Amino acid sequence: MLRFFASRLIQGGIVILAVLCITFVLLKRAPGSPLESERNIPEHIRAQKMAQLGLDQPEIVQLWRHIRGFATFQFPVSEKNGGRTVDEIILQGFPVSALVGCAALVIALGLGIPMGALAAVRPNTLEDRACMMAATAGICTPSLVLGPLMALIFGLKLRWFNASGWYDADDWVLPALTLGIIYSASIARLTRAGLRETLAQEFIRTARAKGASETAVVFRHAFKLACLPVLNFLGPAAAGLLSGSIVTEVVFQLPGLGRHFVGSAVNRDYELAMACAAFYAVLIVGFNLLVDAIQALLNPRIGLHKA
Amino acid sequence: MHAAPEHAARAHPGPWQAAWRRLRRNRLAMAALAFLILLVAVCVAGPLFSPYGPNDQDLKLKATAPSAAHWLGTDSLGRDLATRALHGGRVSLLVGIVATLVASVIGVGYGLVAGLAGRRLDAFMMRLVDILYAFPFITFVIILVVVFGRELWLIFAAIGAVEWLTMARVVRGQVLALRNLEFVTAARASGAGGAHILVRHMLPNVLGPVIIYASLTVPGVMLLEATLSFLGLGIQPPDASWGVLIREGADSMETYPWMLAGPGLFFSATLLALNLLGDALRDALDPKSGG
Repeated sequence: MLRFFASRLIQGGIVILAVLCITFVLLKRAPGSPLESERNIPEHIRAQKMAQLGLDQPEIVQLWRHIRGFATFQFPVSEKNGGRTVDEIILQGFPVSALVGCAALVIALGLGIPMGALAAVRPNTLEDRACMMAATAGICTPSLVLGPLMALIFGLKLRWFNASGWYDADDWVLPALTLGIIYSASIARLTRAGLRETLAQEFIRTARAKGASETAVVFRHAFKLACLPVLNFLGPAAAGLLSGSIVTEVVFQLPGLGRHFVGSAVNRDYELAMACAAFYAVLIVGFNLLVDAIQALLNPRIGLHKA
Repeated sequence: MHAAPEHAARAHPGPWQAAWRRLRRNRLAMAALAFLILLVAVCVAGPLFSPYGPNDQDLKLKATAPSAAHWLGTDSLGRDLATRALHGGRVSLLVGIVATLVASVIGVGYGLVAGLAGRRLDAFMMRLVDILYAFPFITFVIILVVVFGRELWLIFAAIGAVEWLTMARVVRGQVLALRNLEFVTAARASGAGGAHILVRHMLPNVLGPVIIYASLTVPGVMLLEATLSFLGLGIQPPDASWGVLIREGADSMETYPWMLAGPGLFFSATLLALNLLGDALRDALDPKSGG
C-alpha cells in the first residue's frame, strides 16, 4: 500500500517536472519576448531589462530557476500583471473557478448517475432510450454551443441571471449548469455501461439467488463496481473543472483561472504560463492519486501492491 | 480483407461482411451515415452553386434574418451565412479527417511497436503514455498554436499530436492479446518473419478496434478545432470554420440570434451523427461488447 503510493508520488513528481520542462521549451521556441509590446526602447535599456528578468542567462539556468522557485514556494513575479506574484494571481482566480467547478461536478453527478442507473436497470425500454438519447444529445452540445445558448435564454431573454460577468451571488449558476449538463452526459453513459456489465456478473446472480431485493442488488452489490469507470473519468474531469473551463469562462466572462491559460501564452508571460501549467499538473496528479485510492477501497480485486 | 474466393465469401460471410450487415440493420446509424455523406457533398459542392462568396459583403443587408435569398440569414457585414457555414464546414470536416489520420498513424505505430517489443521497452513506452495522459493538453495545444503560428496544417498537427494516446493503448492491448494466439504461433512456427506477421496477421486484426476508435476520435478532434477557433487561436477570420462562426454568432446573439443558430445547428448535428455512427460501428465490429 505504502509502496504503491510512494511509487505513484514519484511518478507524479516526474509528470509535473516534465510538464514544466516541455512548457518552458515550447514557450522559448515562440517568436517574441515579454518585452515585445514595449517598442522603441533603446538597446541598453532592453538589455538591462532582460538581465533584470534573467532572460540573458542560458535557458537551462532559467528553467532551473523556475523549477527551484516552484519547489521552494518562492514564486516569481509576473511582469505583465502589475508585478504581482504568480501565486497571488492564481489564488485570486482559483476560488471563482473552483466554485463553478464544484457546482458543476455536483450537477454532473446528480444528473448523470441517476440517468445512467435508470437506463441500466431497465435496458431497452423507453426510459433507457430516452436517457441515452438525452446523453448523446448532451455530448453533441459542447460548451461553446450550450454556453452561449444558456446565456441567451436565461440571461438575455428571461433575465433570471446575468448573462455574463461576476457581480451577483448567483452568477455561478449558468456556467455551472452548462458544464454540469455536458459532463453529466458522459457520466450517464459510463454509469449505464458499468452497471450493465456488473449486473451480468455471477456474484450478482448469487445475490439475487439468496433473495436480495432488486434495490439492494443494484445499490449494495453492483454499484460499487459499476462506479469504477465513472471514477476513472472523474479524476481528470475534476482537475479540468476546478482549474476552470477555458471556453465557459470566456463565454460568461468569469474572472477565473481559465483565461490565464490562454492569456499568459499569448502575452509571452513565461512566469504565469509556467505557473498555470504547474498548477494544472499538480491538480491532475493529485486527483489521479485520489481516484486510485478510492478505486482500491471500492474494488477489493484491485491490489494496490501491483503498482 | 483477404482476397477470398467469391463462393467462399457467399457461404461464410467474412467478419467484415458480417459487420457491414450488422451496421446496415442499424437504422439510426444508416441515417447518420447518409447525413454525413450528404453533408460532405453539400460542403464540397454547395459553395460552387452559391450565388455569394464566403467573404462577399453587402452592407445594405446588414444582419438580416433568414429569408428565401439568404437561407441562414446574413451577418453584420452582410455576408451570406449559409455560404459561410458551408465553407466553414469544409475546414471543420477537413480538420476532423486529417487530424484523426495523424493521430491514428502515430497511435497505431506506437502501439504496434510497444506491443511487439520486449517487456522492458513496452513498459517504458506505456509508462510514457501514462505520463502524457496527465498533461494539460488544451494548454499544450494552445501553446503550440501560439508558438508556431496559426496555419491550418499546424492546427492539424497540433491536434493530431495530442489525440493519439488512447489509440496507442488500444492497439498495444490488441497486439498483446493477439501475440500468443494459435494462428500467430503457427505462422511463426512455419517460419514467418516479424514483418510478415506484422503485416499479414497483426494489422488486419488491429484494424477493427482502430476503425472504432478513429470514428470516435473525429468528433473529439472537430470539437478541439472549434474550441481553438472559438478562442481566437485556430482558424482566423475572415476565413470561416464552425468554431469561428459560432464565436461570431455568440458575440452578437442578443440582437441577431440566427447568427448563432445556423452554425451551432450544423456543428451539433455533425457531432451527433459522428457519435451515432461511432457507437454503431463499435456494436457492428465488436459484437461481444454489447450495448
